[in-house]
Amino acid sequence: MTRPSQNGPLLEVDDLATHFFTRAGVIRAVDGVSFSLKRGEVMGLVGESGSGKSVTGFSLLGLIDPPGRIVSGSVRFDGQDLVALPPAQLRRLRGRKIAMVFQDPATTLNPVVTIGDQMRMALEAHGVRGEQRTRERSVAVLTRVGIPDAARRLKAYPHEFSGGMRQRVAIAIALLHDPALLIADEPTTALDVSIQAQILAEMRGLVADLGMALIWISHDLATVSSLADSIAVMYAGRIVEAGPTAAVLRDPRHHYTRGLLDSLPARAEPGRDLVQIPGTTPSLLALPPGCAFAPRCPRADETCLAMPALVSDGLRRHRCHHPLGLEGAP
Amino acid sequence: MSGQASPLSRFWAEFRESRIALAALVVVVLIVGVAVLAPLVAPQNPYDLANLALMDARRPPGYVGSGGFTHWLGTDAQGRDLLSAILYGLRISLQMGLIAGSVAFVVGVSLGLGAAYLGGRWEAFIMRIIDLQLAFPAILLALVLSAMLGQGKAQLITALVAAQYAYFARTAHGAASAERGKDYVEAALSTPLPAWQVVFRHILPNCLPPLIVVATVQVANAIALEATLSFLGVGLPVTEPSLGMLIANGFQYMLSGRYWISIYPGIALILLIVAINLVGDQIRDQVNPRLKR
Amino acid sequence: MLGHVIERLVQALAVMLVMSALVFTGVYAIGNPIDVLIGPDVTQQIRLDTIARYGLDRPLYEQYFTFLGRILQGDFGRSFVFGMPVLELILSRLPATLELTLAAVCGAALIGIPAGIYAGYRPDGLPAKIIMAVSILGFSVPTFWIGLVLIITFAVELQWLPAGGRGTTATLFGVEWSFLTLNGLSHLLLPALNLAFFKLALMTRLARAGTREVMLTDTVKFARAAGLSEWTVLRRHVLRLIAIPIVTVFGLEFASTLAFAVVTETIFSWPGIGKLIIDSITSLDRPVMVAYLMLVAFVFITINFLVDLAYVGLDPRLRKARA
Repeated sequence: MTRPSQNGPLLEVDDLATHFFTRAGVIRAVDGVSFSLKRGEVMGLVGESGSGKSVTGFSLLGLIDPPGRIVSGSVRFDGQDLVALPPAQLRRLRGRKIAMVFQDPATTLNPVVTIGDQMRMALEAHGVRGEQRTRERSVAVLTRVGIPDAARRLKAYPHEFSGGMRQRVAIAIALLHDPALLIADEPTTALDVSIQAQILAEMRGLVADLGMALIWISHDLATVSSLADSIAVMYAGRIVEAGPTAAVLRDPRHHYTRGLLDSLPARAEPGRDLVQIPGTTPSLLALPPGCAFAPRCPRADETCLAMPALVSDGLRRHRCHHPLGLEGAP
Repeated sequence: MSGQASPLSRFWAEFRESRIALAALVVVVLIVGVAVLAPLVAPQNPYDLANLALMDARRPPGYVGSGGFTHWLGTDAQGRDLLSAILYGLRISLQMGLIAGSVAFVVGVSLGLGAAYLGGRWEAFIMRIIDLQLAFPAILLALVLSAMLGQGKAQLITALVAAQYAYFARTAHGAASAERGKDYVEAALSTPLPAWQVVFRHILPNCLPPLIVVATVQVANAIALEATLSFLGVGLPVTEPSLGMLIANGFQYMLSGRYWISIYPGIALILLIVAINLVGDQIRDQVNPRLKR
Repeated sequence: MLGHVIERLVQALAVMLVMSALVFTGVYAIGNPIDVLIGPDVTQQIRLDTIARYGLDRPLYEQYFTFLGRILQGDFGRSFVFGMPVLELILSRLPATLELTLAAVCGAALIGIPAGIYAGYRPDGLPAKIIMAVSILGFSVPTFWIGLVLIITFAVELQWLPAGGRGTTATLFGVEWSFLTLNGLSHLLLPALNLAFFKLALMTRLARAGTREVMLTDTVKFARAAGLSEWTVLRRHVLRLIAIPIVTVFGLEFASTLAFAVVTETIFSWPGIGKLIIDSITSLDRPVMVAYLMLVAFVFITINFLVDLAYVGLDPRLRKARA
């Protein structure tokens, strides 16, 4: 891990666009997304379902199934452009340098294969072979994510674990090769609230101990804010606001972020109704011209019919003609 | 996501996108058309003995017979124009397939829906029998039944229905059990509507997509099964020469090189069955929600 | 686990009993078997004697119990036509059918499953389209027709392979088998191919449908995200996940292939039980029909039972639920 780029960003996503070419038309699930991530940094990628946050995660790994494909942009990881990388080389990075865990551990783990075998496959995929070695590594990582009696449980099938334990197993598989970057796609959404909190705490510890960068994809601003150094908010395939977590939460620029914050129960005054964002998420097939949030935005006017540019001021970026807290700015 | 289009027209638009399925549909329509119009389009009525001359027997394709017209597909052992015999044969085969398919549909769907509606012991009993029968090969059942009942249209249809109704029953029961648990059925059952009306007006329409798929496949299967039975000599009587019988009649001449007597009716049969199955396949892919993009 | 096995065994016995009653009434209640046994011109005395000798004057239920009692002693009666014990007759023909069926089903699985997995893995490619076209053909075209085409092509036109019979056989475990000699194998090839065609189509479609659905699941996505090669994903994940429906169908189809052997054996003059049953049907040889149907029912129930056990081996979720 002694690379010349040690001090530069670990991941630089530039103008990434992933479109799905369906019968009904082209779905621009991800359209011009850019962000960067330092080693050990935790970024929260926040948005409603259909905002393109999960597709962004899959695009980084090159795991977009037809009819979808990455149509433009670059993903520089540790000095290499993953978009241009041949599939075989990309596969060698997956699971070793960049790993991913998914939302529902009940569907990600193979129900008819023991977890020991599933871990062994993931180890062998990157050249770690031999009964002894794979076993030791598996037990070590399972123990690390908080699975008691790991050595004995290697022979167990996924259905013999509880939901939270299953997700820990999935996380263990992702951590087998000490990846430099972990992409977690709503890994706590399918779990009970108390288990969510445990996993969150666990993740915080892991990131700190392993020096691993983490992209935490979630629709839930609350969980993200407790974990992430920075936040990027996605809406209809684009990043509408990004910046350090504390700044974004305290002083959002985009009206959509404002709406998300206002709808958080923790932020509401007791006894008052939660504020909802009016309207619904637009269909990606029939996006309005210009700012996609305009139909739901209290400040929208005719200038919003043109797509606002991503404006950068210092550490923060926003994509709005009428940013909050910067009244009068261009 | 054009919300205006009716489900049917959207279905049709998707169907049209598959050229193979569209071509198959055209073939099915064409075959049904010529079969229905056989007396009008066939060069000859092959079963009017006055038209037949023994000197025209077993002539190869293209032969100009004593009737003064060209036998494009040749003639059979009785001197019949094979093209005409095929058109008339298609009529009988289609008739058998459609009647058997429809009766099996009605019987099977009634049993399946009935079982799902009754629930409890009756449901378990009916479905147990149907499962047992499904495990038993349809061809054997049809074979034994048609041998027992003797030859004839009604007997053959009975045999075909007995061999096929269980597929409809299984499908209807599966779909209906899934529907029964849904809220709208609960809601409909709590109204003063008679229960059978709920079953037919609410549950049945929602079970239709998988049933239509099964129906297309089963009509094709009934036609194939009828041909097989007739080929084995336990199907229709000689007075009802379906495609299977034409093929069987030509089989003995096949080894002596007079291939056309068997081959052409066979091609007609296969064209029909393959076309129906291709249409059914496309419908299956379209109604399978798990493959939706 | 043992309790489950016993439960299933009892169920199987009950089903066999029901089947025997159904088959017996079905075969004996319809038509008059006496007309097959004797010519129309014999005296009334001989007629009555024959009826009495075969017990045909007893009430149906009594005949059934007599029949059941004999079956339990391994006595299925004598063939009206061949005049020999039915069990002996069927057992002498069984190896030929077994050999044909096994060759067909195994061949179908060995070709059909990989082809289907491939077609499901790359559903939009040209090879997948060709595989599916062939499978639709195999699904649609009646077995007897494929048999005819095979004979015309390979036996009549090309003269590569024989059109009928078992050819030279060799003895193994006291039974004659065709596959042990080159000549016998050449006789086996066409009928086995004929019989395999439908199963091949079925296996292909099943494997394709299963693979298509599994490929879209998170399990596969997660495996890919862990860097597994496509080959490993297919072999270690997809194959295991689609194995359950395939094993079911493999088992059930083995039994139905026994039935379809009727058609193939007729066309290729293959001297197995299928040919026997067709001859028995046309000559209304009831004891043979009953015994054959009982045999098929028995094979079915046995295979169902084995498939059920195989499930437990393949799906760990069931192991726990049923243990």
